[in-house]
Amino acid sequence: MPSRTGAGSGRSLPEFGLLLLVIFVLLEGSLLPLGAASSTSKSCEEAKQGHTEVHNFTKKAFPVLGVDYGHIKNPFEISLWVLLACLMKLGFHLIPRLSSIVPESCLLIVVGLLVGGLIKLAREEVPPVLDSKFFFLYLLPPIILDAGYFLPIRPFMENLGTILMFAVIGTLWNAFFIGGLLYGICQISNSDLTAIGILPCLLFGSIISAVDPVAVLAVFEEIHINELLHILVFGESLLNDAVTVVLYHLFEEFSVDGSVTVLDGILGVISFLVVALGGVLFGAMYGFLAALTSRFTSHTRVIEPLFAFLYSYMAYLSAEVFHLSGIMALIACGAVMRPYIEANISHKSHTTIKYFLKMLSSVSETLIFIFLGVATVDGRHSWNWIFVTMSVVLCLVARVIGVVGLTFIINKFRIVKLTTKDQFIIAYGGLRGAIAFSLGFLLKEDHFHMRDMFLTAIITVIFFTVFVQGMTIKPLVELLAVKKKQEAKRSINEEIHTQFLDHLLTGIEDICGHYGHHHWKDKLNRFNKKYVKKFLIVSERSKEPQLIAFYHKMEMKQAIQLVESGGGSKLPSAVPSTVSMQNIQPKNPPATTKPAERVLPQLSKGREEEIRKILRSNLQRTRQRLHSYNRHTLVADPYEDGFSDLILKKQRMMIKEMTNYLTVPAAAPDSPTMVRARLASDPQSYNMKPVSGGVPTIQVDLASPQSPDSVRLLDELGEADGKEQEKDQGLTMKLPGGSSRPNKPGETENTREQQKLTRCLSDPGPTAELKELLCVVGEV
Amino acid sequence: MGSRASTLLREEEIEEIKKETGFSHSQITRLYSRFTSLDKGENGTLSREDFQRIPELAINPLGDRIINAFFPEGEDQVNFRGFMRTLAHFRPIEDNEKNKNPTASEPLNSRSNKLLFAFRLYDLDRDDKISRDELLQVLRMMVGVNISDEQLGSIADRTIQEADTNGDSCISFQEFIKASLVEKLCETCF
Repeated sequence: MPSRTGAGSGRSLPEFGLLLLVIFVLLEGSLLPLGAASSTSKSCEEAKQGHTEVHNFTKKAFPVLGVDYGHIKNPFEISLWVLLACLMKLGFHLIPRLSSIVPESCLLIVVGLLVGGLIKLAREEVPPVLDSKFFFLYLLPPIILDAGYFLPIRPFMENLGTILMFAVIGTLWNAFFIGGLLYGICQISNSDLTAIGILPCLLFGSIISAVDPVAVLAVFEEIHINELLHILVFGESLLNDAVTVVLYHLFEEFSVDGSVTVLDGILGVISFLVVALGGVLFGAMYGFLAALTSRFTSHTRVIEPLFAFLYSYMAYLSAEVFHLSGIMALIACGAVMRPYIEANISHKSHTTIKYFLKMLSSVSETLIFIFLGVATVDGRHSWNWIFVTMSVVLCLVARVIGVVGLTFIINKFRIVKLTTKDQFIIAYGGLRGAIAFSLGFLLKEDHFHMRDMFLTAIITVIFFTVFVQGMTIKPLVELLAVKKKQEAKRSINEEIHTQFLDHLLTGIEDICGHYGHHHWKDKLNRFNKKYVKKFLIVSERSKEPQLIAFYHKMEMKQAIQLVESGGGSKLPSAVPSTVSMQNIQPKNPPATTKPAERVLPQLSKGREEEIRKILRSNLQRTRQRLHSYNRHTLVADPYEDGFSDLILKKQRMMIKEMTNYLTVPAAAPDSPTMVRARLASDPQSYNMKPVSGGVPTIQVDLASPQSPDSVRLLDELGEADGKEQEKDQGLTMKLPGGSSRPNKPGETENTREQQKLTRCLSDPGPTAELKELLCVVGEV
Repeated sequence: MGSRASTLLREEEIEEIKKETGFSHSQITRLYSRFTSLDKGENGTLSREDFQRIPELAINPLGDRIINAFFPEGEDQVNFRGFMRTLAHFRPIEDNEKNKNPTASEPLNSRSNKLLFAFRLYDLDRDDKISRDELLQVLRMMVGVNISDEQLGSIADRTIQEADTNGDSCISFQEFIKASLVEKLCETCF
């Protein structure tokens, strides 16, 4: 992009037009299958406009069309880059084989190289896209927040000791080993390298030694190794930020002065503790604030996700103000606020947070790799064979020795030991990435005259780890037959037994008088339940035991799955609701024999909740196409927050008042919502089939020709036996003649004898209450 | 505690316990001091009340069952031997033990014994099956009093449904191992 102001003056327009053309051609090249030809013609047009405008100047006519690029330059460039990143991501997945051999990160770096090369060819200045400020402030936080929010807490905490060992001691070892040996090598070599002092070397070591979370995430995501290894490497990459920050600042400060004393060393250690714990503290504080705020958002559901994002970002920025570890602040914030926020916010907000985080982090990651490629092309390089190759070699060697040595010590304390295979993967998975590059970029030129050489070496190491290690780790994992991630979803059995074992082991520890792992975990949980949850979670939900919450989530998931799979014919026998609903069934035999009178059997609140949830999840599908013009409120979802209770009660009362033989003209009873729902959905496809537990009782019977529009709702209670009829037809209307029309749920009772009831689902179980609710629901 | 020298552990006893349970010398002595501190009656055995005096155990949902696990069938007192025998289930499995004595009976902390111990905590009537009622009892203990019976019932039903492969609506030991991945959990916890 031209760095000239280009304020719409006629001079730079032709060149600018050409550049636009180049960029668009580039886009087009990668978008060939998607046919981006239109954009090219647009740019030609713009260029032409520019030309005509130039000509128009002499005539001094009123400019009908003007081009003013400088006005929107920055947003335009940013959007163009982001668009490029996303298109690249799209493109890779269109080429199936490529994406399975080469990890995405490599491809993106290559693209970056190409783009950088192209821009350089056009002899434009490559903008400093990987500006460290831009990177640390805007590109890095989304990725880290995504990682922190979705961090699997249990494995992380269980392995915390191991992770900390690797992160702190491993990184320290790496930094000193690499720095020290490089210094030695520099001294030995007889070139101008001897000028490099020990401190710059150590600084370089500390920059290059940190395992990078972005790179690790990008590569490990695709290889699906077992959870333990994943959390070890990934946790290490997150927690070593504190060490890196301290070492970097320490060495940078003292490189200027030229010497380090013991006092500085001690201060460094203290500084490390402050940085790490301070970061976590900031994060936890903001996390609690976010959780507390979410307690009160029940009336403004629309902005709920924003709180999660804003508080986390503030945590990061606040930590950075004090030079604390921003990454640890982000992780702590995300991990702390998650359980409380999830208990408080609506289902939709939860989905929003999840997808927004994923989207942001995905785009960030893509951009980072592309920029890495661009910056490589652009940067001034000073290649020094010895330095660069030795740094690569030393990185590998240091990592291997570090991992092996630490594992030896760690295995003495672990119950599940780390095998050689595990150690190999941990060592091999130590990828370096953009953080190292940015830190190197931050070095001031005047203090470090060998900055260019450092940058070259850093880039080489990054390229090596990402390309070589990234590409080969997948086949190696296969070759070594490393245990893969278990795809099995967590079952309720597992959940119960996990809790059971927790209690058991806590009890045994208490008997032994041993204040171990479980003891403290139990204490924390108890404290959490007693005080914290009450404070941070909306009142009724705070008392729900974890097991029940888990169970509800499972039920909901299964109901949704059932809905999505069409749920038509048979309920799979594993659906527990039917089992327990059959338990309720025996209570209500009288209901089926009294067609004239609707007796509403008593439903336990829990059962009702579940039914409502199932129905809600089904009905949400039809609501999807409702227009949401109003930015301030979402379409009031009648099934949330007790609104449903009111509606249901109202409806029930209305039904009770109705008498038999009530026929209502078709148009009248439809509430606006119903009309919308009907209009929004295709009448042909609108069938209530997907209701999992419920039986659509709505069989509409077109009356005699006198009132062709009248619609009668047949009450299923009239049916004596549970025979299934017309299984998969959903709601159909039956003319006396037998033709059918798409349903129009009306609201009447009809007690004619030969009412045939249409059932969606074959199971005879679903009780009268469900039918009741369904009729009622049809009204809303 | 000098007057209690007579009740101190003798070397031979330590050796025997070591052989039986696999604990090390220092572990045994430490656990013995714990045993004596719990034994308020100073008669060399523990009763149920002694266990119940431990405050954290009182609030543990499974407290009663764990205590029961220490006492063999029908007895009310447990001596140090029995105490150690039960605790031996919780010793981590060490690889170097595997090859030592192939002819000896299976060590107390072998995987299957651990699993059997966990299973027995559910299965009170020792019929080698976890019935719906037994499961309900455990769930009720873990979940508290606010949840309705019906909800708990449906959770229990679902649990049994997931685990039950032979259709007898009870969970046998084999099904227990497979369904709850207890094996995997035992590895990490025990």
